[in-house]
Amino acid sequence: MIFGTKTSPYMHAPQGVGQVMAQVIYALVPGTLVLLWFFGWGVVTNLLLGLGFALLLEALMLKLRQRPLLPFLTDYSAIVTGWLLAVALPPYSPWWLLLIALVFAMVIGKHLYGGLGYNPFNPAMVGYAAVLVSFPIEMTSWPTPALTSIGQISLTDSLQQVFLGGTSHWDGLTQATTLDTIKTHLRLGETVSQISQGQQFGWIAGHGWEWVSLAWLAGGLWLLYQKIISWHIPVALMAALAGMALVFWLINPHSYSSPLFHLVSGATILGAFFIATDPVSASTTPIGKLLYAGGIGCFTYIIRVWGNYPDAIAFAVLIMNMAVPLLDTYTQPRVYGTKGRFGS
Amino acid sequence: MLATLRKFWSSTGGLHIKDYHKDQSTQQPVRKLSATTAHELVIPLQQHSGHKPKLLVQVGDTVHKGQCIAAAEGNISVPVHASTSGKIIAIEERPIAHPSGLDDLCMILAPDGHDNWGEQLLPPIENYAAASAETLRQRISEAGIVGLGGAVFPSAIKLNVPEPIQLTTLVINGAECEPYITCDDMLMREQAAEIIIGCLIMLHALHEHAPAQGLDCLIGIEDNKPQAIAAMQTAATQASDPRLKIVPVPTQYPTGGERQLIHILTGREVPSGGRPTDIGVLCHNVATARAIYQAVVLGQPLISRYVTVTGKGVAQPQNFEVPLGLSMQTLIQAAGGYTPQAKGLIMGGSMMGVALPSDQIPVVKATNCLWVNEQESAPEALPCIRCGRCAEVCPVNLLPQQMYWHARARNLEKVEQHHIFDCIECGCCAYVCPSHIPLVDYYRYAKADIRTQTEAREKADLARERHDFHQERIERAKREKAEKLAKHKEAAQNKTADTADKQAAIQAALERAKAKKAQQTPAPTTIAPEDKPA
Repeated sequence: MIFGTKTSPYMHAPQGVGQVMAQVIYALVPGTLVLLWFFGWGVVTNLLLGLGFALLLEALMLKLRQRPLLPFLTDYSAIVTGWLLAVALPPYSPWWLLLIALVFAMVIGKHLYGGLGYNPFNPAMVGYAAVLVSFPIEMTSWPTPALTSIGQISLTDSLQQVFLGGTSHWDGLTQATTLDTIKTHLRLGETVSQISQGQQFGWIAGHGWEWVSLAWLAGGLWLLYQKIISWHIPVALMAALAGMALVFWLINPHSYSSPLFHLVSGATILGAFFIATDPVSASTTPIGKLLYAGGIGCFTYIIRVWGNYPDAIAFAVLIMNMAVPLLDTYTQPRVYGTKGRFGS
Repeated sequence: MLATLRKFWSSTGGLHIKDYHKDQSTQQPVRKLSATTAHELVIPLQQHSGHKPKLLVQVGDTVHKGQCIAAAEGNISVPVHASTSGKIIAIEERPIAHPSGLDDLCMILAPDGHDNWGEQLLPPIENYAAASAETLRQRISEAGIVGLGGAVFPSAIKLNVPEPIQLTTLVINGAECEPYITCDDMLMREQAAEIIIGCLIMLHALHEHAPAQGLDCLIGIEDNKPQAIAAMQTAATQASDPRLKIVPVPTQYPTGGERQLIHILTGREVPSGGRPTDIGVLCHNVATARAIYQAVVLGQPLISRYVTVTGKGVAQPQNFEVPLGLSMQTLIQAAGGYTPQAKGLIMGGSMMGVALPSDQIPVVKATNCLWVNEQESAPEALPCIRCGRCAEVCPVNLLPQQMYWHARARNLEKVEQHHIFDCIECGCCAYVCPSHIPLVDYYRYAKADIRTQTEAREKADLARERHDFHQERIERAKREKAEKLAKHKEAAQNKTADTADKQAAIQAALERAKAKKAQQTPAPTTIAPEDKPA
């Protein structure tokens, strides 16, 4: 009998890229549901627009690059990017804001570098940073949870806000984020404890945001449990951020927010478990991951406290993405049989 | 003696495979196949790693079972023996167990049906404890014993530990971590006592290198083989030798790799590029131990081995004791023949086996398993997403995704910097890769490429050296010639100078005579020879 010959191994684990990405999507569900609770229809419009644009642009770019559509559309990586941007942008964002963000993410951040696996920068953060610097007002006006939670704004109003450029009373429904408020009020000479008396503050950070962060944390822990991500990046990111916050908070608690506030505010948890852990643009060695995520934590704190932008996960991730090749080169783990030897 | 609670040295990486598919071939006892009914046995000359042995027979010769038909030649070599009695009907090139279907010189033996040993049994050494290490090594060598775990390196050479080296541990590998393979499992279940004696023989052969209390003999068996562990424990208890320890090790591929098992059992790492003896350890396979027992105590050379025949492609998966040289086709027929699912034939297991193009290939010393698989179509490879799972499972702690990246870019220097030559090609990385990239292929390719380049560079260096030397020799010849010429010239000139002196002297004498003759005439000036520089 004559047989075909292949090469070993002849056995493979069942999990493919699609399944990995699908797990990430499942893990995003709880946080998204909490966002939906606090912000209503705007989360749905963000999500539908984000996913729609992401898939459309992915398909368009694959077509232009003459790549097969099916294997790459079913790897769900475009969906993850679209979903991340949808939850990172303020709910009720106008449609064009999402489109611009996704053009930067999918076209420039991903496909111009060669598509899946070849992008040095986190595509979602490329898109986020691009619209953040271009449209700061739209990007920093988050709806007020108390006024926009589920059922408070009708679908018609929501659609009008998203597609027709705003309802007349929209300004009254939005407010600056807590990070932003703290920053502007500190400049006015107020102390952190005074500022935190404001209505928008909850028991730790922004009202409602504690729950959102907890839900992201739940999804993140599930990713850890499923071994989709390793502990290195989330732990190092949060430790570095909290560590820096702790030092300054201990020095002067009136001018610097507490470590817990920094962990719960803004996109810290989402960033630590879902954004910085993007495998393609993150470091891949254990020590490299610690340094990479530690760097993100430090830069996040620096930009939040002394920079001009209220939140900084996106910039910090992009900065550390640049350091990845270097980190990977110099943090090779010790190979079996090289005990007590330095280098090679 | 008994399994004691031991600390296991946690190994980095490795796989927990859900289904090892081992049960299908362990349901029946091992069936001994006879060579007498075979229409021919094809015995390749080269079945071990090392030098090719020298043919001792000619076409038409009648041979007995166990007769040496090819003698060891060179330092690293073992003889080959007839698996049964019969007639050598041809000596020719036949396909051997190689993925590209390479041919190699084989002795074709037509069995006479008697399976007659004649006078060919080696004199049994029943009291091996009284024999010298040299005698034992010689017996192991002349019985043609090689490592039966797959490396087929001559065992006697491994046992011949160089003088200053002191050993602490003899590791006996019964881990059998590869999916599908069960030949060592069945051997331990059925021949535990023989394996134990084989271990004792090796311990005796190594006693000169052992510490005062003797070598530790750690027999590592993965804990998914409870019956084998029990049988080995019983046999070890009966032998009541405190040096023997049966150690169940966690089931985790590739625990059966020599370096991995040594690390799990002793916590010591074999240095990169080094040998286990560098850290005082020697490792042999359980099947080798049994072959050593047969050679020393029974006087039988290595002419058969346990082979697993398994997979969805065979009707009755089971283990056989197979005479070497039997065609794989015959072996598969003995296992009930192919099923309609049979698509691929693999020699070895599902992680590191070699795919064979045909079953018209003989069973050799290296054949531990025939796996007839249904060969599902491999999913298309996607780009690497750098998820790092490959690095998590790598038992050597390499960064497979980085090596892949550099190998793909043919950046061989970088690949080498990532320690590619420490890669054992176990396949863990390719197994877990969610992008289904055939990573091991890239490493094989890169290794071969680096070797070719190194060879080419060495050749070029040698050629340049030769060229330089040639140039230098020509130069030197020229120089020497020139020097010689100059010397000659000088000598010649000196000669002329001498004659000139003489002539001058004669002249002077003449002059003086002339002067005497004509005293009134003024004395003429003599011309001195010019002092030419040599």
